[in-house]
Amino acid sequence: MLKQVEGSRGVAEAVARCRPEVICAYPISPQTHIVEALSGLVAAGELTPCEFVNVESEFAAMSVAIGASATGARAYTATASQGLLYMAEALYNASGLGLPIVMTVANRAIGAPINIWNDHSDAMSQRDSGWIQLYAESNQEALDLHIQAFRIAEELSLPVMVCMDGFILTHAVERIDIPGQDAVDAFVPPYEPRQLLDPGEPVSIGAMVGPDAFTEVRYLAHCKHLRALEVIPQVAKEFAAAFGRESGGLVGDYRCADAETVVVALGSVLGTVKDTVDELRDEGVSIGVLGVTSFRPFPFDAVRAALHGVRRVVVLERALAVGMGGIVAADIRTAWAGEPYTVIAGLGGRPVTKKSLRTLFADAVGDRLEPLTFLDLKRDLVERELRRTG
Amino acid sequence: MFEIRIHGRGGQGVVTTAELLSVAAFINDREAQAFPTFGSERTGAPVVGFCRIDDRPIRSHEPVAEPNAVIIQDATLVHQVNVFEGLGANGYLLVNTSWSLAELKLDSFAGRLRPERVMVVPATELALTHLGRPLPGAVLLGAFAALTGQVRLDSVVAAIGKRFSGPVAAGNIAAVREAYAMVRDQLQEGSRAQAG
Repeated sequence: MLKQVEGSRGVAEAVARCRPEVICAYPISPQTHIVEALSGLVAAGELTPCEFVNVESEFAAMSVAIGASATGARAYTATASQGLLYMAEALYNASGLGLPIVMTVANRAIGAPINIWNDHSDAMSQRDSGWIQLYAESNQEALDLHIQAFRIAEELSLPVMVCMDGFILTHAVERIDIPGQDAVDAFVPPYEPRQLLDPGEPVSIGAMVGPDAFTEVRYLAHCKHLRALEVIPQVAKEFAAAFGRESGGLVGDYRCADAETVVVALGSVLGTVKDTVDELRDEGVSIGVLGVTSFRPFPFDAVRAALHGVRRVVVLERALAVGMGGIVAADIRTAWAGEPYTVIAGLGGRPVTKKSLRTLFADAVGDRLEPLTFLDLKRDLVERELRRTG
Repeated sequence: MFEIRIHGRGGQGVVTTAELLSVAAFINDREAQAFPTFGSERTGAPVVGFCRIDDRPIRSHEPVAEPNAVIIQDATLVHQVNVFEGLGANGYLLVNTSWSLAELKLDSFAGRLRPERVMVVPATELALTHLGRPLPGAVLLGAFAALTGQVRLDSVVAAIGKRFSGPVAAGNIAAVREAYAMVRDQLQEGSRAQAG
């Protein structure tokens, strides 16, 4: 059903249609509206059977999700920023135990200094946690990715993070199509756990593994992620067949086929990048866009194929690896023979505008870009501070 | 694409106004996107809301830099915040006030715009009359519909009906209709004066 609603509301309704049996969450901006809406649906009896557990922290939220999932319940939570960091220890347990928890990350910067606005530092900091990470370009895709995430998670016995840009998507009111319950029921069958904690047949899970087998455990985790590279596009394909629209998958290319320059980006900035690329194409510039939907597992082959024969690659990053530069660019280097331009943009809610992107892409096409660029950096301000601190 | 920026203060319903406008456009079967400035909003602090309306899907998620229309819910902001930033000579200006533009010291700026695209409406008074509360946001959308034609009056009414119920919906709708009629009448007078 087409609705004009806030992204958070759309995601909450999509999650509810996936019939989670346990939802546990601790509020943090900009995730709050999602769990607020879900708690309302549970309280009103519109999502049943489902237990909404109010927890005292994000660490507890993930721990409750782990407990619920281990006993065979479909479990969901959501967080952002510092909340995700507070979960970090439990995140590794969820993936290590192979529990198909689905979590929304309403992407937000990490302090200090305190900043409630959007960037990807939070999710990127958990890059190696063993969770699948999918990034939404629009609210429609955010909603669709949640429906796909439960399928992917349960098929692989792996937890999935659906990352949507905080405020930019969570608080934007847009037209979205929220599928009906029957359609979602047909797409997301009831969860059938492969193993479960049952007092009737007690087992231990997550027991200690010594040097004799720990490498093998990790190797198997890697194999599972490689298998996810097949499952994610398969689920996206089935989704397109069932719901009649393209969403998800590993990567999305736009006007890439003959492009000399390709911009790689993740999340909501892709819309603005595509509008900019359309304008430049009209002016005869040979440029395209590659959106990375699945950041983990990293789709080497799909990226390699999309960037094959491309002369320049600009990687637009909403996070910074301090002391190194780009996080996504480091991955792109493994899938493209050249040296990509890394551009750090949109940190802590700094708007990424078409105006700035036009100048940036013109500089890239003219080979005038530095290998590492900070978009719209207030150079006078940083230089004054650098002089002061010597 | 038609882009609108709404200025008001925390508690006046700026975010709701932007959302209602997008819903009205949606009811008109147009594409729309509404979003607030994202911050730690407090009651009384300056707040900005945005809305985009188009007949094609809207992909961009950048803030609105060059609005086609500016709606000012609280006229006390006009000399505190640069409410006209990015508004071009063909832009629309709608101010909630019972004063004149001259009294607000806005006549010099407004003089740069086309006269038929500048309008003052006593939306707070209309809200007090019909709703009993000083919430001008929805009321201004009635005036906006008449001024710009970007959304239809019946869509604004339907959007309010979806969001509110009972006396709140009825009061808002009555105020919206009156604001619409006021602006329509002023525009007709203006065009008659021009013709004469």
